[in-house]
Amino acid sequence: MAVDLSPIDESLLAEIANIHGMPKGAFNIRKDGELVERHSSAFIEISTKTDVPGIDIHIKPGTKGETVFIPVIVTQSGLKDVVYNTFYIGEDCDVKIVAGCGIHNSSHQASEHDGIHSFYIGKNSRVSYVEKHYGEGEGTGERILNPTTNVYMEENSFCEMEMVQLRGVTSTERDTNAELAAGAKLVLIEKLLTHDKQEAISNMKIELKGTDSNVQVISRSVAQDDSVQIFNPLVIGEAACHGHVQCDAIIMGNAKVKAIPGIEAADEDAQLIHEAAIGKIAGDQIVKLMTLGLTEEEAEQEIIDDFLN
Amino acid sequence: MLELRNITFDVPVQENSKETKRIIDNLSLTIPDDRFTVITGPNGGGKSTLAKLIMGIEKPTSGSIVFDGQDITQLSITERAKLGIGYGFQQPARFKGMKVKKLLDIAAGKKLPMLACNEYLAKVGLCSAAYLTREVDKSLSGGEVKRIEIATILARDPKLAIYDEPEAGIDLWSFDRLTETFRDIHEARDGRSIVIISHQERIIQLADEIVLLRDGKVAQTGTPEELMPQLGFVSKGVPGCKLTEPTELHLTEIPTTC
Repeated sequence: MAVDLSPIDESLLAEIANIHGMPKGAFNIRKDGELVERHSSAFIEISTKTDVPGIDIHIKPGTKGETVFIPVIVTQSGLKDVVYNTFYIGEDCDVKIVAGCGIHNSSHQASEHDGIHSFYIGKNSRVSYVEKHYGEGEGTGERILNPTTNVYMEENSFCEMEMVQLRGVTSTERDTNAELAAGAKLVLIEKLLTHDKQEAISNMKIELKGTDSNVQVISRSVAQDDSVQIFNPLVIGEAACHGHVQCDAIIMGNAKVKAIPGIEAADEDAQLIHEAAIGKIAGDQIVKLMTLGLTEEEAEQEIIDDFLN
Repeated sequence: MLELRNITFDVPVQENSKETKRIIDNLSLTIPDDRFTVITGPNGGGKSTLAKLIMGIEKPTSGSIVFDGQDITQLSITERAKLGIGYGFQQPARFKGMKVKKLLDIAAGKKLPMLACNEYLAKVGLCSAAYLTREVDKSLSGGEVKRIEIATILARDPKLAIYDEPEAGIDLWSFDRLTETFRDIHEARDGRSIVIISHQERIIQLADEIVLLRDGKVAQTGTPEELMPQLGFVSKGVPGCKLTEPTELHLTEIPTTC
């Protein structure tokens, strides 16, 4: 297993997973479609899939306080990397999973990474999942990320997913699907900033199947320049459940934002709410920060940073 | 020292209309250092507009504004802020995702130590522990966001602070604390000037000078003793009207460890 991380690789890893050098505990670092380094721990076993590219991550029941890192970096142009990562999280766990993909493309050819992540979360387990997408590089080649996330939550499990894509990704189509059993709670936080001519589509389908299942979707996005964003979250309540979808977008320049929040109820005790708002930065916000000594540009940046914080 | 020289401000009667309405009419006013000035007068008299002209949020149609000897008429809001002018909005902006602590840091121009934040928030009657990590968004009530607005001006500590109706939306007990804060700033007499737009008797009587603004003009100026009877108030001096001062609930000290 060759360990070969260049300064570009290391800065990408720091950007997407906040790791410097090799992390401790269980991790799997993938670069340009190949494994760089892998480490399993006493409670977390990472193994290569035999049918499709990707890994299986088995987390033993009762594992608490551990973190798994599975970052991916792409520095080769013309590469389309498709990977399937499946997490099997036992019962009564409390773990953190840090994923993410960084693309450095210095060529005119496209680089693409499609990560298909599936999570099977056992009863009473708590999972915190952080996924950061980031693109950079001086080339004109497209940087494409098309992630799919499937979450299957058993009784009384809890999962918080934070999916962040700020700058640099030319095109992205994200699909997030979840099924929640009784008492399960899912919090989905999506943060997005697009600029130039970038396109981002986010589709979600959350099925609340069990009694007292609960989902909260919080989407905050900033669309700058000529970029286009489409949000299409759908929450389906099939039991006495709670669902709350909140899409909030700041629009700037010639950008376009489309938010189509959907809710479907098939139980009289399903309580589903959706909210969607699109608007530019309010003038009174900029003026207030200017009276505190910021320039108009600084004020705008500050407002965006806090909004996506 | 702030000097307003022959300020006139016209606005179109309607959008794109050539016909204009005069909001401020050839107004001249000098606000010396160390002065506590209260601008009062009937609604629509031009008080808020005047405050916005001083901060640079609006630009005068004619006339000039001179601050400490420098003509600032054409300077931007940011430039005026950097020269030491501060402005407390009547209806403060809200910011999604911005914490109270961050707003205070921006106001101060540096990362503030907790102790300083406690002090600023206590001065407007808020418990620091309960508010510093709150977001300045819709989750705060009108009164809370207003008090945070005032705390940002305290943190900024400008040479000239303009407050546009600081009492609006603030409950009686917090207001009590607020008047004390204004009095304390004023009594420090460290070269700073306060201009407050207010209709409140309790604030008006703290003034060194009252400016009565009517129809965009200075109708009268004078001390509280001179002007308050004409405004329909009786000058009572400190500490003010017994009826509006709740004895048992009077908050002289807000604990910062709450």
